[in-house]
Amino acid sequence: MNMLYPQFEVIRNPSRCINCRACERQCANEVHGYDENLKIMTCDESKCVNCHRCVAICPTRALKIVKTDHTFKENANWTEKAITEIYRQAETGGVLLSSMGNPEQHPIYWDKILINASQVTNPSIDPLREPMETKTFLGKKPGKIERDENGNLIDNLPPHIELNMPVMFSAMSYGSISYNAHAALAKAARELGICYNTGEGGLHKDFYEYGENTIVQVASGRFGVHTDYLNAGAAIEIKMGQGAKPGIGGHLPGIKVGADISKTRMIPEGTDAISPAPHHDIYSIEDLRQLVYSLKEATNYKKPIMVKIAAVHNVSAIASGVARSGADIICIDGYRGGTGAAPTRIRDSVGIPIELALAAVDQRLRDEGIRDKVSIVVGGSIRNSSDLMKAILLGADACYIATAALLALGCHLCRTCQTGKCNWGIATQREDLVKRLNPEVGAKRLVNLVTAWNHELEEMMGGMGINSIEALRGNRLMLRGIGLTQKELDILGIKHAGE
Amino acid sequence: MLLKEGQVRIPAGCAISGIFHKDGKKENGERIIKSISTMHDRSNGLGGGFAAYGIYPDFKNDYAFHIFYDSNRAKDECETYLKENFDIIAMAKIPTRRHPRITDEPMIFRYFVQPLQTVLAFSQLDEKEFVVRKVIHANHNIKGAYIFSSGKNVGVFKASGFPEDVGEYYMLENYEAYSWTCHGRYPTNTPGWWGGAHPFALLDTTVVHNGEISSYDANRRFIEMFGYSCDLLTDTEAITYIVDYLNRRIGLNYSEIANVIAAPFWSTIEKKPEEEKKRLTYLRNAFASLLVTGPFSILVGFEGGMMALNDRLKLRSMVVGEKDETVYIASEECAIRIMQPEFDKIYAPRGGEPVILTLNKGGNAQ
Ligand code: SF4
Ligand code: SF4
Ligand code: SF4
Repeated sequence: MNMLYPQFEVIRNPSRCINCRACERQCANEVHGYDENLKIMTCDESKCVNCHRCVAICPTRALKIVKTDHTFKENANWTEKAITEIYRQAETGGVLLSSMGNPEQHPIYWDKILINASQVTNPSIDPLREPMETKTFLGKKPGKIERDENGNLIDNLPPHIELNMPVMFSAMSYGSISYNAHAALAKAARELGICYNTGEGGLHKDFYEYGENTIVQVASGRFGVHTDYLNAGAAIEIKMGQGAKPGIGGHLPGIKVGADISKTRMIPEGTDAISPAPHHDIYSIEDLRQLVYSLKEATNYKKPIMVKIAAVHNVSAIASGVARSGADIICIDGYRGGTGAAPTRIRDSVGIPIELALAAVDQRLRDEGIRDKVSIVVGGSIRNSSDLMKAILLGADACYIATAALLALGCHLCRTCQTGKCNWGIATQREDLVKRLNPEVGAKRLVNLVTAWNHELEEMMGGMGINSIEALRGNRLMLRGIGLTQKELDILGIKHAGE
Repeated sequence: MLLKEGQVRIPAGCAISGIFHKDGKKENGERIIKSISTMHDRSNGLGGGFAAYGIYPDFKNDYAFHIFYDSNRAKDECETYLKENFDIIAMAKIPTRRHPRITDEPMIFRYFVQPLQTVLAFSQLDEKEFVVRKVIHANHNIKGAYIFSSGKNVGVFKASGFPEDVGEYYMLENYEAYSWTCHGRYPTNTPGWWGGAHPFALLDTTVVHNGEISSYDANRRFIEMFGYSCDLLTDTEAITYIVDYLNRRIGLNYSEIANVIAAPFWSTIEKKPEEEKKRLTYLRNAFASLLVTGPFSILVGFEGGMMALNDRLKLRSMVVGEKDETVYIASEECAIRIMQPEFDKIYAPRGGEPVILTLNKGGNAQ
């Protein structure tokens, strides 16, 4: 007996299907089959994760996946989701696992914030005729000048990252995503003049050549961390937390640790790669300071150090501590941020929205007069260029995107990355699946996406009479809230529309 | 209810004009009034003002505070505060003449002060920083009192009204200055509060400004980290604080300040020789949050000098005329021609390229 009724139905239009069996070959979840006797395609929809691979590949558009209308007796409290989760746990006794970001119906503040434009008193600027500048530097500002004996200014800027536009690809480890996905991200980052992030799985030797466009991550598992690695990138990111699973570590199952990953992560083949929940050498803020400075020592003070934290309740106090720990850049990951795998309960109910976290942190650092001592990068569901724009207006220096980048590579947000059977060649290590993602094509699509966003950003900047990203950062007067309470407006530091 | 300036941000368009005598020669306010009156249509009678340098030779080492008071209570409170921190060398009502078009006037007083040495020493601040903090504190906290001029040997005179009327009202024919700037305001809506008129001043830095900056809140939220309080929510106030911060606190000279607030485009920087490229990149990166965008033309007055600057796209007009040792600058050419029909040289500075004037060596501005 199985109490779980399949979530989706695979609908095949028999008048269109030509029995080419392409869907059968493409579905790693083994949904489709072929009945040799009856000469018809069959399917087991219980295995379907709704990733649309078969739909996209079917030459006659014979397939569609629909949500089943099979239903429980309606109950606003005991929803279908609540009930089936109980069945699953009663069956397995395990922690529920999910992937990608929090899909729950919480408010999306980006959608309740509106952007300003110039009228009459201040001309808008046509981005097609006038320069529109999106070049961004991340890192500390010196806050004072020094001059040589001739009175010329000395460059006393601490190390920083230079980006052509205020966007970076967020951390996704080699292991959680495929070699080809990494290759696409690295190539695109180089072409765009931005950075991608290795995640916590080390850096494959093939990708050292993209160093200038790479952020190397040091996480609690310290996988693949060695001197060359630390010096290979444009910056080093210490991962303290992740928006999708604040407070807990990571787990890459042994079956995904093949020869290549084993080498890159510096762990034996086939062993589970477990990142502990805390860094076992960081139990407090002074310990973080030590790690920040050890990494600076290891890289001769040439690389900015980033510290990534999850957006939790007291994020502004934490960020203030991080800013004083010597970190050059703080990365804040909101609770809608993606993940390869996280316990469902944590993903869906721990952490806070990035919009509120960003607004609180930016204001707190200003109140303490140290906003200039650190750059702020935010991620955790930046879905389009207006989210990006709003984030910068609230006070971010740049944004991290990951889910959006994976979508550009073909991800269909089926949220089953944890199974390792990604039909799109992204969250998988199965060679036949990885092959489906062509790094050149993937890179092109990423370049297209970010370039398009940048154009849109320029259009909106021009509309508000701003021709440089610096003048956008923290310019909250350009934002208005809609349908927000006074408390929410206060936290966001913006006025309501009409005010 | 109509909100007062400071409670709401009011954009404004405007006219500006300035005269600078490089040889330190002084003239009274008559010509500058004539100049600004030619641009009458660029103001709408809701604000005008002047800054004059070198006008208090007898008190040249004292800070000259010009203060508006809404009430006697505000005056008492402010004077108590001043006495706690300063030695008041002299004080008087600022002389004005009755003027049919200048109404609703506050009480306007002038004080020449010196910081109390004991209080100054206790604060562990340098003298200028001490004065700045006291001025900002008073403006932020004392309701109905507004210190609108606080430099040595310089004075700001402003009011709600057309600038030429404001000039007559303050009897500017009685002040002799080597440097004059003035401003006529065209706010899009305002209850016409006197404090909202230009110039804005902090110590010897005064700013008149034509335009509306689009970077306002980015600049404001940044500069407020350093103890400034933008109480009036106007662009000019923010620009004044930015100039004070970069010059007095950071130590940049005026041409470097221009490279920060009207930084060249990256594409322009790219084409410069290596050294210059490095310098400009440094300034732009190190002080990124003080880049000012949107249309502006400003005249920044300071002790012994003046800087004229346009935004980097030059979205506001500005003309400079030179005749012998005197330089005339205004939003429109007619406004300088009326002061001086013939020029040795007349030109419109390019966007982002500052015109910096200073007294000649030995020029006597006392
Ligand atoms: S899992 Fe994906 S490929 Fe397989 S049937 Fe479902 S939608 Fe098609
Ligand atoms: S891919 Fe389409 S046409 Fe081919 S077997 Fe599957 S459903 Fe039929
Ligand atoms: S990466 Fe692959 S498995 Fe993960 S959500 Fe996207 S399509 Fe699904």
